[in-house]
Parts: sequence; structure tokens; C-alpha cells
Amino acid sequence: MTENSKLIQGRTGAWEIVMGLEIHAQVASNAKLFSGAAVGFGAGPNEQVSLIDAGFPGMLPTLNKYCVEQAVKSGLGLRAQINLKSQFDRKNYFYPDLPTGYQISQLYHPIVGEGVVEVEAEDGSFFNVGIERLHLEQDAGKLIHDLSPTESYVDLNRAGTALMEIVSRPDIRTPEEAVAYVKKIRTILIYLGTCDGDMEKGNLRADVNVSVCRAGNYDKFKETGDFSFLGTRCEIKNVNSFRFISQAIQYEARRQIEILEDGGSITQETRLYDPTAGETRSMRSKEEAQDYRYFPDPDLLPLVLEQAWIDAIKADLPELPDDKRRRFMSEYGLSQYDAGVLISEQAKALYFEAAAKGRDAKLVSNWVTNEVSARLAADGKDFSDNPLPAAHVAQLVELIETNVISSKIAKEVFDYVWNGEGSPAEVVEKHGLKQVTDTGAIEKAVDEIIAANPDKAAAVAEKPQAIGWFVGQVMKATGGKANPAAVNDILKAKLGL
Amino acid sequence: MTDLTKLTLADAVDGLKAKTFSSEELTKAFLTNIEASNPTLNAYVEVTADKALKQARASDARLAKGEGGALEGAPLGIKDLFCTEGVQTTAGSNMLRGFVPPYESTVTANLWRDGAVMLGKLNMDEFAMGSSNETSAFGPVKNPWKSKGSNADLTPGGSSGGSASAVAADLCLAATASDTGGSIRQPAAFTGTVGIKPTYGRASRYGMVAFASSLDQAGPIAKTVKDSALLLNSMCSFDAKDSTSLDIPTPDWTQSVGQSVKGLRIGVPKEYVLDGMPAEIQKLWEQGVAWLKAAGCEIVEISLPHTKYALPTYYIVAPAEASSNLARYDGMRFGHRAEQFTSLDDLYATSRAEGFGKEVQRRLTIGAYVLSAGFYDAYYVKALKVRRRIAQDFDNVWGQVDAILTPSTPSAAFAIGDKQIDPLTMYLNDVFTVTTNLAGLPGISVPAGLSADGLPLGLQVIGKALDEATVFQVAGALEDAAGFVAKPDRWW
Repeated sequence: MTENSKLIQGRTGAWEIVMGLEIHAQVASNAKLFSGAAVGFGAGPNEQVSLIDAGFPGMLPTLNKYCVEQAVKSGLGLRAQINLKSQFDRKNYFYPDLPTGYQISQLYHPIVGEGVVEVEAEDGSFFNVGIERLHLEQDAGKLIHDLSPTESYVDLNRAGTALMEIVSRPDIRTPEEAVAYVKKIRTILIYLGTCDGDMEKGNLRADVNVSVCRAGNYDKFKETGDFSFLGTRCEIKNVNSFRFISQAIQYEARRQIEILEDGGSITQETRLYDPTAGETRSMRSKEEAQDYRYFPDPDLLPLVLEQAWIDAIKADLPELPDDKRRRFMSEYGLSQYDAGVLISEQAKALYFEAAAKGRDAKLVSNWVTNEVSARLAADGKDFSDNPLPAAHVAQLVELIETNVISSKIAKEVFDYVWNGEGSPAEVVEKHGLKQVTDTGAIEKAVDEIIAANPDKAAAVAEKPQAIGWFVGQVMKATGGKANPAAVNDILKAKLGL
Repeated sequence: MTDLTKLTLADAVDGLKAKTFSSEELTKAFLTNIEASNPTLNAYVEVTADKALKQARASDARLAKGEGGALEGAPLGIKDLFCTEGVQTTAGSNMLRGFVPPYESTVTANLWRDGAVMLGKLNMDEFAMGSSNETSAFGPVKNPWKSKGSNADLTPGGSSGGSASAVAADLCLAATASDTGGSIRQPAAFTGTVGIKPTYGRASRYGMVAFASSLDQAGPIAKTVKDSALLLNSMCSFDAKDSTSLDIPTPDWTQSVGQSVKGLRIGVPKEYVLDGMPAEIQKLWEQGVAWLKAAGCEIVEISLPHTKYALPTYYIVAPAEASSNLARYDGMRFGHRAEQFTSLDDLYATSRAEGFGKEVQRRLTIGAYVLSAGFYDAYYVKALKVRRRIAQDFDNVWGQVDAILTPSTPSAAFAIGDKQIDPLTMYLNDVFTVTTNLAGLPGISVPAGLSADGLPLGLQVIGKALDEATVFQVAGALEDAAGFVAKPDRWW
């Protein structure tokens, strides 16, 4: 049975969406895949182009071993099969951003085969997305059309940069799932250090294959493997933000359902998402699709890897997000939700662990995910450029745990610390924010307040909840530094409750 | 004084070392010869006289100090397929007319490292596609040889026609060439010179304008077997810039020339006997067998059953790779660009239609076709399978033989214009040579006699992968036995 949450109601009945994604992730590497030219953001036009990238006569590609290592690492992170033998193929087409007239890719024998990624849905449940393959390929250059009314300019800096294309199975069913899946892949790659995940710079982007079918047909497809149960797919190219992925899918699914409900049929085609208009538009149909004349690149030998080399990379892998989440739950007693929030960013998780050692982990988690995260966001920063040492958070929590300050005062302390006034202990000292646990001082304040408000003191006997007013007064009198538990106890005793 | 241009490369190198003459004298002698002959023979597309003299003087300075490399001061011709820094490199095509690479091919860089002098760039079939040098945008090269009793201009073969003609006419001591399906060996056979294609991966392809990457291999054309060994020594090297380059040492092959072939087992493949093969070719082959037998070789009849599929396989694989390799000539960054165009696609189409000659266009079209969806499996994939069978054929006989003897070509040199009508008869020129390209094996053509018309004919020795040593050994024995000393009568 298809869950209701995965159904879309049309005029003529229920439909469901089926999606497969191709994620293009730029390999984090200082050099291109085959040329040794530098890779970097911010270089002037055509400053990072070798003769190989520019396709000069007699120039030959030589494979960058580091990029291969990064692909293997990524494959291991996706718990996928690493193919000991793979091969590079040429995808032939003419375009000014493609100097050789072909893109070197891996069609027939990719470096990474089948894998599975576990993705957490919004409701905390998990779903699996099958990975069909990960292959290495070259990126193309960039055309610039807005510098002149009559000419187009070519910038080849990006030409030849290594990309990993990660192809999923058609296991994604809702726009939310698609976003969660891309986020998960992005997180894994960032953990591995194989892609910086910067979607704004286009370093991670997705092609989304969307089709719709009648409710129930997806299950039939899953049972039989027969693709005819699924609808005709359209590929939305190069979507480069989570928001656009979700919007593009919603638009595209609606568009397809409307066509089908009007008795039409879907044409297999490549479409582009226009975020301004909020719609997808046809780029080219299957009939117009180019014949890429793929064939094995004769300039490159088959890529043969040794199992020992792969094992060494595997042994060196950092802890992956899933493992970290499970460990945070078991080791620190965090909820799945809290652990999930912490591990969503590797730097955040590391920060948490640095602060949580020997402290109340739940409390540390709250401070990290609430206060620290909010301040960073407000300053346009993230945990990788967090100015606040984890030790400060640890100390702050320690001060709360040992009743030196109250949780309420802690917020004030945090403000001072964030503004650079020193460590929490120094701030508490400097501003005299230490919690008053000296019962004598509290008793004195309580006595004074009761004496000044006899009528209210009498009323408390009738209405015990009114004690809150007294608590507030005592806290006010002590500048908020009184230990709330002590205040309560003393008040109760003095008021005869 | 003797004519220095008639020296062999080995003798010239010795003479230079002994200071019998200087590199400058030698270089000037060649430049004079080129000046007189090239307008007729059209072997050079560009003569780099200034560069040559500068290099020659530098060589003389090194020689004076008793220094210098293996080719110190030796003037060579360079096939215009090799990129030469600061010197126009055209691959015989209008597409690259005026293209001056800012880099040097590894093969030529090796030659300059060893002290060689560059006389200029040699004519060739456009992008090495041709067997007669008639597809060159710079006009056909003429063979210095003529048939007895005929004044017709003959082709020197191709694609390394300029290299072969220049060596035969003493316009250089030796020349670089390249061989994708026979482009070294067939012109060598047509001009009475020696040409060897080494094992695939011996010579770097870096900076060599690509035709078909999995088949292209550089090699020399020279006057003697020893000269070809001397030049090949320098041309070959492991090169990290070419992924298909073999990381193995290059032996000194000159040591193999002159070694006794006694006891070597020579295979004679029955499939190389063709229907309608001229009797004189058959006779030459039998003569070669007799010579080797007399020198103490054991002759073994062998079978290479897939030989008949070699040409069709070659004419699928080579154009397929070429169609992709030549896609970079798009008028965008270098080379010819159409002046008039209406759209991006039109710019591509017009630039390429104007820049490429007919034969190149024909092969690119064939290549695109055999790779296209729906035909890929039937043509390209099948061709790759047959290619493996052809290689397997050779692997199967290496247990029984140490080298294989065949004719180099099915005929002697033909007249310019003779075979232009039908490209298929032109393709037949490669029938004995393509198999070694498909299998990646070394093959040499040695001049072994004259046809009835007085034209040179060559015999081919094919060896095991990386066993150029045996190839040179056998070639040396054939050279000795043939005693081929004929030179063309000077008519140009």
C-alpha cells in the first residue's frame, strides 16, 4: 500500500511521483582530473587552463590519482561497491565550453557501483535510496553571454575539473525526500572531505528525473522491476539549491499530472527550472537529444585499483554521519532528533563533542544547537568558522551544573562571552553573576519582602500558586543571582506552605 | 670532397665526432640540397634554415669540447605531425595552416636533447590519413624514384611521404615519421628506405597530432637498418605525459643490427599470400625466406587466421577514434575558422568543411557513423573483438617463431593520381601493415630488391611486443643479404 503522504490527488484520481537523482559533486582537489591545472574559485577568466584543457593538438590526458582516491573514498562513504577495474569513455558533442569536442566520463565501467544511502525523513523515520553508480568525469567550461551584445565569451577555468556523478535508483518519492537525500549525500561528502558541498558556487548540483504514475504502480514496479509501470520521465537539469529542487519537483509533477489528466502523454525530454518564473521549461526532447557516440577513451588505459589501496583508504575514513548519529545517541544519551541536528554539520558535531566531554551532554547539545547556532547564523557564519571556543561552552555548562549560575543567568553570561569579554568563569567573576546560595542572604531578602507585603503573604495561604510573585521579588532583590531552588525552599518555610 | 648528404646517419655522427666535418657544413649541404630539390619533390612544407644553423653551431661547440649526445649535429627532417615549439605544425591540413605550437612533442624534444638538428617540417597526408601523400593540403610529395621508361611522377606512399622522399633524395640524414596503419613502412618500401614502427607505447604520443590514439606510433625512416635503430633509440622514452607510454627502459638497438640470426625461427604466414598479388612481390618474399634460411634461420609456416579481417577492422577503429580526436578542430581556439556563418552549428560545419580535405571528411564521417547509436555494437564493438582476435593470432604463434616475414606492400610505388578514384583500392595498400598496428607489435620495412620497373620493394619483419631487438637483428640480416644499394637517378 502506498502511504497517503506520497500521493497527489488529481482530478481523475491519485498519482504518485517517482524520482531518481543525478548529483554532480565537484571533487575537492587542487588540480583538475586530467591536466594538472589548478582548480580554485576566484581566478580571472581562463587563468586556470592548461593546453590539455584547451584541447590543443597532441595534448593528452593523464589521470590525477588524488581525484581517484577521492572518488573511492566517496564510494566507500556511500557503502558502495568499488570496482577494481573501471574505464574512461568519451562523450562526444560540439559546444564552445568543451574544447576537445568530448567529455571524458565513465559510461560503461564506473569506478563505483551499487550502494545504499539511509536518509532520515522529516518525521524521523528512515528510508533507503539505492545508489546505482558513482563515476568520475570532467566538467565543462562556462559561456558568458552578458559581456557583449554580439559575442559570447568562453571561460575554461572549470573545463576539466573533476566531478563525481552520483546516480540514484528511482527510490525517491516526494520533494521532501529528494531534498533530504541531496542533503544526506552532501553531508557525507563534506564529512569525507571529497566535495565542499558549496551549492552556491555550483560545486554540488542535481539533475532530477521526475515521472508520475497512478497510485499503486510504484509498488508494482518494485515487485517486478518492470519500468513500464512507471511514467515517462523528464530530467530537470542542474538544480543548485534545496529550495529549487523542491519547487522544481512540485511544479514538474503537477505539470505532468495535468497533461496526463487532459488525456495527453509525457514526452521524454530535458527541462530547465526557472526559479524566477517558478516553472520548468523544455530544453530539448529525446528526438533532439544528441547522439553522444560514447566509446572507450583510447588515450587512457583502463583504471585498475588494488584492493590493498582501497582497504588503506577505508581504514582511514572519518566517522560517517550515520555512525556518528548512532554513537551520539548511545554514548551521550541524546535523542535521535538532537543527534541528527548535531551531525548534520561535521564541524557542529566535532564542536559538540569537544564541549560535551564530562558534561551534561543534553545540556551541551541544547547550547550548541540553540544559542551557538543562532548566534552564528545571525553573523552569517557556521561551525567551521566559529569564533567561540568549545571550551567556553563546556565551562558555561559546568557553571550551570555546579549551581554557580542559573540557566537564566547563563544566557546573560553567554552574551558577554560571545561579545569577547572572556571565558564564562571570568565573565561571572567580572560581572558578579555568581548565584547566591548563601541562605542567610536569601533569608534576609525573603524576610524583608514578606514584611513589606503582609497582605500578599496572607493571601498565599489561600492560593499557594501566588508564591511565584514572591520568587520574582526575591530574584529581583538579589539581582537574579539567588539559587531558585533555595529561594523556593526558604519562601515555603517562611510563608508556612 | 664527398657529398656529405649521401652519408648514413651513423657515419655522419661518427664523422662529426671525429671532426672530419662540422655540423654547420653538413647542415648547409642539406639546406643547399633542399633548396634545389624541394620545389620539385615538395617533401618539406617548411624549411627552418635559421634554426638549423643555430642548432648546428651549438652542436659544433659541444663537439669541440668533446661533448654531445648520440645524434649530436645530425640534421634531420621532422614529419609535420610532431608539434615543434615556435615552428608551424600543420599535420598537412589547412585546418592547422599557420598554427605555431607553444610546446614541443616528446619525441622531438628527445632528439634535440641528443643533439639533433632540425632542417624543417616534412609533408604528409592530411592528419596522416592517406597512403600516397596526395591528401596533403600542401600538395603531393613526389617520389624520387621513377619507373623504367616512364616519366610519370610517382607517389612516395603515405602518410609519411615527405619523410620517405626526403630520406631517399638525401634531403636529410633521416626523418621522424608516424605509423597508424602502415604510414612508416609503406613509404619506406616505396622509396628504398628503412622504416620501423616500434611496439605501441615505446614512443610517446605527447605533442604528436593525433589520428587514431590506440594505433598511432612514432618511428624513424632512415637509409639503413642501423640508422633506423640509432634514431629509434632517441625517439623512444617513457613519458608520464602519455598514459599509454610504457614505463620500461629503451635498449640500444644498434647493438642488435649485425648480430647473427642463426637459429632464429622465422614465421611465414600463409594468409599473407593474396589473390592477385603481383608475382614479383611473391618472388621477393620467397627470396627473403631464402636469404634468412641461408643465414641459418629456421623457416616455419604459420597461420594468422584473422588476417583477412584486419583491413575492415582497421577502417572502423581508426576512423572512429579520428572522428573524436579531430573534434577539437572547431574554429574556436586555434586553426581555421570560417569567416561567414549564420549560427554556432554553421560555424562548426563551415569551419570544418573548409578546413578539412575530402579524405579526412570521409574518415570522420565513417567514424561518426560506426560510433553512432544503433551501429556502435555492430561496428565498433565488433571491430574491437576482431582486433583482439588478430592480436591473439600473433600470441598463438610466438611459441613457434621469433619473428615473422611478410612483404611490406602489395605493390611498388604507383603514379600520382592513379588510385584517387577509388578510396578502397588506396586502403588496400595497408593490407600487410595494419595487423601490427592493431596488435601493437613492432614492424620494420627493409628495402630488398627492385621491381621489374626498377622500383624499390620492401620486406617486413614483425616481432613480438617489445622485441624490437630481434626485429633489428632479422632486418639487418635481410639488409646484408639483399645488398640493396640502388639509388634513384637524379631527375629533379
